[in-house]
Amino acid sequence: MKPLNRRDFGVDLGLALATAILLPATSARADDMEIHIDNFVFQPAELKIKAGTTVTWTNRDDIPHTVVSAGKFRSKTLDTDDKFSFTFTNAGDYKYFCSLHPHMTGMIKVE
Amino acid sequence: MSGHDHDGDGVSRRKVLECMTWAGTGVLWTVTGGVPRSLGIIDSAQAATAAAPGMSFLQISDSHVGFDKPANPNALGTLEEAVGKINAMPAKPSFMIHTGDITHLSKAAEFDNAERIISQSKLDVHYVPGEHDFLDEEVKFYRERYGRGTKGQGWYSFDAGGVHFIGLVNVVDLKAGGLGNLGAEQLAWLQDDLRGKSKSTPIVLFAHIPLWTVYPEWGWGTEDGGRALEQVKGFGSVTVLNGHIHQVMQKVEGNVTFHTARSTAFPQPAPGAAPSPGPMKVEDAKLRGMLGVASINFKQNEQRLAIIDTPLQG
Repeated sequence: MKPLNRRDFGVDLGLALATAILLPATSARADDMEIHIDNFVFQPAELKIKAGTTVTWTNRDDIPHTVVSAGKFRSKTLDTDDKFSFTFTNAGDYKYFCSLHPHMTGMIKVE
Repeated sequence: MSGHDHDGDGVSRRKVLECMTWAGTGVLWTVTGGVPRSLGIIDSAQAATAAAPGMSFLQISDSHVGFDKPANPNALGTLEEAVGKINAMPAKPSFMIHTGDITHLSKAAEFDNAERIISQSKLDVHYVPGEHDFLDEEVKFYRERYGRGTKGQGWYSFDAGGVHFIGLVNVVDLKAGGLGNLGAEQLAWLQDDLRGKSKSTPIVLFAHIPLWTVYPEWGWGTEDGGRALEQVKGFGSVTVLNGHIHQVMQKVEGNVTFHTARSTAFPQPAPGAAPSPGPMKVEDAKLRGMLGVASINFKQNEQRLAIIDTPLQG
């Protein structure tokens, strides 16, 4: 049997995650943004932010979710009230989804 | 048995009862001429006398061991009740299939607890994974326990009682915006698996997420499920058994019967009946009427099948 690992879920952890960890915690604290997961929906579904902003997702459902942007970032499985944060350093459009419930999608636009 | 050949509605009651080797109080589904008919609530004593040779197996699904939210604070307890129900059946089924979401969060302790309870049925259990069973960091707990002898991400087939069973995995490598996914490797394996099989061989396909499109708005379907169904189209009897949606749903298309089983943990709303497919909180008194198991029976030389959905209570 072929080994099953996180890469099989179509996501390359790559350098993006490393970048997120190495970022200084000082950047753009005031602009931090929140996204809630309620009823299998990312709210807001689209968010416009400036580079350097940290976005924190909170799962408020009774079912676990994930936050995944292929090749950019991937959260662990978020149980009820668990959070995941990612700091966006580069401009661009970041589409993301829940790898468990892929009909759940969202977008972060970084200027 | 000979005293009640007909019950006046065009369906032979004797034949229907012969299709069952056990029954609790449940709704009996039978397929006659491609049309599913519910014959209503059947009495367990009546059913117990109707035991006939054939092969019966059970489907259990979505036990979500570890779930402790308001919709059911004790999912392990209701799994235990379901196993108690199975052990009380008048005739022992040949084996059991579990259509995934054994655990809620893929924790080792959850798998251990599930195994401890399910093994009390003393039945062989054939598993397929749900998305909740692949959540551990290394995605190894399910594989270590149930992956032996399987292909790819855990698919396999086996034969029992003249029926060919195929367990598929449609919870891996899901694409943004999409539904459940089988993938090219698994579809190629399926084609190979079916090669040379007599078209009269009854086929049972089982997987976690429905292989048919139930409600795409909630992700209740499989992106490439149609490609698997195409491959079994020529077979005389095809039964597709799924879980994931925590409620009974049945559809018949030609020779193919689609059926989803109840969860043993918590109910989910009917498609579109709530803002989301999340766990549905019902009155305590109603919960056990919405949880349960399914029993499926095949008789040799008869293409019809009987699926009996038995709630934990009611």
